[in-house]
Amino acid sequence: MSVTTSFDPHLDEPEAPLYAARKKIYPQGVNGFFRRTKTTILIITLGIYYFLPFLRWDRGPNAPNQALLIDLPHRRAYFFFIEIWPQEVYYLTGLLIIAAMVLFLMNAMAGRIWCGYLCPQTIWTDLFMAVERMIEGDRRTRMNRDAEPMNLETFSYKLLKHSLWLLIAWWTGGVWVLYFANAPTLVKDLIQFEADPVAYVSILTLTLTTYVFAGLMREQVCLYMCPWPRIQAAMTDEHALNVTYRVDRGEPRMSFKKATHARSLGEPAGDCIDCQQCVAVCPTGVDIRHGADLGCIQCGLCIDACDEIMEKIGRPTRLIAYDTEVNLKRRKEGLIEIFRPFRARTILYIAIIAAVSGVMLYALLNRAPFTVSIIHDRNPIFVKLSDGHIRNGYTVRIANMLPADRVFTLDVEGLHDAHVEVIGGEASIDGRPSVSVGPDQTRELRVSVRAVDNGEEEPTHLEFTIRDEADGRTAEARDYFRTPHSIH
Amino acid sequence: MTHKTEANIDPRKTVGTTGHDWDGIEELNTPLPRWWLWTFYLTIIWALGYWVVYPAIPLATSFTKGVFGWTSREQVVKDLDGLKTLRGPMTAKIEAASLQDIAKTPELLSFARAQGAAAFAVNCSPCHGAGAQGFKGYPNLNDDDWLWGGSLDAIHTTLQNGIRWDANKDTRASMMPAFGKDGLLKPNEISASANYVRSLAGLPTDKDADLKLGQKLFTENCAACHGEKGEGNQDVGAPKLNDKVWLYGPDKATIIERITLGGGGQMPAWSQRLDSPTIKSLAVYVHTLGGGQ
Repeated sequence: MSVTTSFDPHLDEPEAPLYAARKKIYPQGVNGFFRRTKTTILIITLGIYYFLPFLRWDRGPNAPNQALLIDLPHRRAYFFFIEIWPQEVYYLTGLLIIAAMVLFLMNAMAGRIWCGYLCPQTIWTDLFMAVERMIEGDRRTRMNRDAEPMNLETFSYKLLKHSLWLLIAWWTGGVWVLYFANAPTLVKDLIQFEADPVAYVSILTLTLTTYVFAGLMREQVCLYMCPWPRIQAAMTDEHALNVTYRVDRGEPRMSFKKATHARSLGEPAGDCIDCQQCVAVCPTGVDIRHGADLGCIQCGLCIDACDEIMEKIGRPTRLIAYDTEVNLKRRKEGLIEIFRPFRARTILYIAIIAAVSGVMLYALLNRAPFTVSIIHDRNPIFVKLSDGHIRNGYTVRIANMLPADRVFTLDVEGLHDAHVEVIGGEASIDGRPSVSVGPDQTRELRVSVRAVDNGEEEPTHLEFTIRDEADGRTAEARDYFRTPHSIH
Repeated sequence: MTHKTEANIDPRKTVGTTGHDWDGIEELNTPLPRWWLWTFYLTIIWALGYWVVYPAIPLATSFTKGVFGWTSREQVVKDLDGLKTLRGPMTAKIEAASLQDIAKTPELLSFARAQGAAAFAVNCSPCHGAGAQGFKGYPNLNDDDWLWGGSLDAIHTTLQNGIRWDANKDTRASMMPAFGKDGLLKPNEISASANYVRSLAGLPTDKDADLKLGQKLFTENCAACHGEKGEGNQDVGAPKLNDKVWLYGPDKATIIERITLGGGGQMPAWSQRLDSPTIKSLAVYVHTLGGGQ
């Protein structure tokens, strides 16, 4: 008896490979407007990244003087004149909303500007490719070397390349940790092997990720690890500028000789001479002539490469250019090009960016230099005293957000003949209890309010006001006074 | 059934389809990168490493210990030791300072209150309640009515030596006689006394209450500890009877029950279980709940 498997629907299907090996890409060097733009942005952004931790900003004697510092142990973040406390982390939310909206706006205007020019993956990969080209030579040399069996010369070139890559990666990781501590001190500690182990582990991790992502994985990160290409593809529209092969001008493609001949006979001939330069310079190995592509980071290097060829063969440049889908169609139909930067979506993005920035700016400008927060005792809600009075307990937290010592007085209003006591309070000014709070610190106080049991079923509103004795500014918080009759 | 031929290479793409065909809908074959597969294998190997280095596989009576020799129990001990070291300098300051100095110095006060709150939650809240609000027979530590004294030193002594805790020779001790249970007073006498006690606190009494008898019995039996007017005596832990705070309750039945049974509450001597800085912190914490004197 034989076993029949003919009911299995998958049995007869052809074998399709489930996993694909990476095809190594050898991007060629190129000169032109977009290359220069990319290089300029690379120098500026890396310059900011590598030197910002060393920029100083004087905040007085009680605060760090590093312009940009995220002080995790003390739960503070410093950004030039702004100091963020943990409870103000919503500024980060605002920044993230703005970042997302700017990304969407860029996409609606001119595609993957972020991917092509600003993304750290692009910047570091670009830097690593420049090092590679400098040491191992350009595309053809590298391809020839890799095709040959390994020899001492190739090996030493590769060794030098990887060493330089690791050095850059190490600097990258090394600078990262400087944002989290006083940079000059940390550099000294790191050299003397006295820094926190966390610093060394962070440096090691970031050295490895930089080396692997920028040196070895490159476009694989964009193709398989990054979600933005997927989202971007779903969000682009026919009015958005994207790096585009102007198929209306380029086709039918043929050699320069054939094209010249065809044109002399008045026959149609495209400008594309199929020289493959656009593919050779592409850092992600895309052939832009196939149309919009997930792998295309829209860096514009193919535009530079193509322009160079067009100039040589005496045809107009920008056969590959930033272009919109709608204009591609309109030219085919003989209509004039239109450009609509202001569309419903771009206006919406701009409006959201403006609104969130406005709210953040307003919050920042009207930021209280100190705050008070109250927590009513949960258990017991009230205390009955031996003479029948009722006392409520509160935990009062005063946050002094300026880098100087300050004295605050506390006022509790809303209850007649209330007796207010600050436990651990030092003194009183004009009959009001006063406490001093250290620079850039919070202080928790226990405050008790005693009053006659008024027998009312509604709890009494209390207003806690703290006043900075130096300049008379105040901050308020509200709570309740509860008796056995008003505990619900 | 379709077959992989030139015809089912998607014309817009240079990749083929998987060959799967559902009512004319085909699936482009976009293979995963091979490094992804290797990364996946690597995570499996990494996971196997955990079996080797950490406790992992249960055996009949034991488990595989792992080559690192790590145990969660030791980890806790290590973490606690780390905390102790971290708190060391402050703990030393608390130990060196007097209770009054701790209460006066903001830095020490906030540390002592934090440490006291934690110790209170673990050791004291089962009887006194999470917020020290107390229960019937277990005093509220927030109010201004103290059985054995509400000064820093008195609270500290109570914590150190406990109340009616025989294992400690310095314990606070006193015993109210079981007037009813031991037959020292008759039921009508107890009822009269209970009515009199309520009258001391200004509470209404029964219409037929014999307050004269009550007063006489109170003077003879109770005043020695509770005072002539029920003002209490913190030296012997006798509660005030003429105020608004009641340890067991102000109703007549409860007062009768207490006269009948006598006795009093117990509290462990914490010097046998907690170290000195913790007890000091607890004393300061309880004192700052609001009722400290």
